[in-house]
Amino acid sequence: MTADVTEVILLSLKVTTASVLIGVLIGVPLGALLGLSSFPGKQLLVAVIFTLMGLPPVLVGVIVYLLLSRYGPLGSLDLLFTPEAMIIAQVVLVTPILAGLSLTAVHAKERSYWETAKSLGATPFQLMLTILREARGGIWAGVATAYGRAISEVGAVMLVGGNIEHHTRVMTTAIILETRTGNFSAGLQLGLVLMAISFLFNSFLMLGMLKQMKTGRRYSS
Amino acid sequence: MKQLELHNLKVSYGGRTVLQVERAFFQQGRFYGVVGPSGSGKSTLLRILNLLERPLSGRLNFFGTEIDLAHLTYKKGIPIQRQMGYVAQKPAMFQTSVYDNVALGLRYRGVDKKTIRRLVMEALEQVELAHLADQRADTLSGGEAQRIALARALVCEPTLLLLDEPTASLDPYNITIFERVVQTFHREKQTTILMVTHNLPQARRLAQTCLFVFQGEIVETAETDTFFNRPASPMLQDFVMGRMIC
Repeated sequence: MTADVTEVILLSLKVTTASVLIGVLIGVPLGALLGLSSFPGKQLLVAVIFTLMGLPPVLVGVIVYLLLSRYGPLGSLDLLFTPEAMIIAQVVLVTPILAGLSLTAVHAKERSYWETAKSLGATPFQLMLTILREARGGIWAGVATAYGRAISEVGAVMLVGGNIEHHTRVMTTAIILETRTGNFSAGLQLGLVLMAISFLFNSFLMLGMLKQMKTGRRYSS
Repeated sequence: MKQLELHNLKVSYGGRTVLQVERAFFQQGRFYGVVGPSGSGKSTLLRILNLLERPLSGRLNFFGTEIDLAHLTYKKGIPIQRQMGYVAQKPAMFQTSVYDNVALGLRYRGVDKKTIRRLVMEALEQVELAHLADQRADTLSGGEAQRIALARALVCEPTLLLLDEPTASLDPYNITIFERVVQTFHREKQTTILMVTHNLPQARRLAQTCLFVFQGEIVETAETDTFFNRPASPMLQDFVMGRMIC
């Protein structure tokens, strides 16, 4: 594997991991709050989140591009065509997925769990943590989905990153470049690496989840 | 003596009143049995007392603390809720160890690890399930799960213990252990207990005072002996004689 390819893979992992981590920090508590609370307009907000789960990446790319372009509202930050801009675009893409799937996972837990935690004296925050822990299977699945979407995304990162060599080139944009220049073999090889990374990540995630669900935490630990 | 008092309670679902209590009081340290036909409002009464539901109106005097039940926020209810224990007919066991399930309420209260360990193991020994501390709680049998739910409620030493048909689906062996633990706890801690049950002999065995709830109202309250042997209302007479068919 050449140094260039390694650089592209590492940047892909960096951008994807950062965007999913930020997405988890925003999306999971948001989904849990929506799943556990009731307030006027909640249904509308839930409908908006579910709509945003299917947001076209190119549209996200255009919006983030306009926001970060020199004359855009965030132009002064000078982030366009940087890995940070790619992370912002991916956060916009994965956060609704994480919020929507967390909400579904929390909702799927029977009300009796919520009531048991409340009757044991949980504060709203403790209750949210308890239910999130109970719904962890669904939340892990949300993280895996978000990671898969982010690492395989091309439209938005191409628009806001620009596919600049040694700066913003990631695996998906490199595959497009190789294909356009007729280098199908290199494109396919990168595609296989992308698949392998995705497989390894999901296997790691699922093994962790299964292990945690199979064995309770021991009191002696 | 301090007591638990309910005033002007009204609970409605979809415009239909399911529970209406003008005034009811429960003495501190007394064991109450709550009986009545299905759908009469017994469980709703316990859920209202445990602050799991918000009524249309009602005031609760919780051993000296006055609460407006209709306008109580979640956060303001926490100090009251932490003085109660609640065991439902079907206990919800969290997907973790038995130990963690029993420790949950103590952790919510910020109790230190060493004390938690001592109290949890004591509670597990009381319900004779200390050997299952490390086992996953969601793999327990129905009887074991209910005893763990009881240990989880008792470990926080509640001032008020609410039991909602806790032995309805248990076998005689588990019922015996459950009743023994509850009786011992009541005797040692002088906790006020309200136990909803369809098992009239159980109410006779355990309760000092019994309440008859019928069609959303507390129709009669009396000492257990009087309640079963000399019921005042014709409805209760029919109920205890097994003549009431709803």
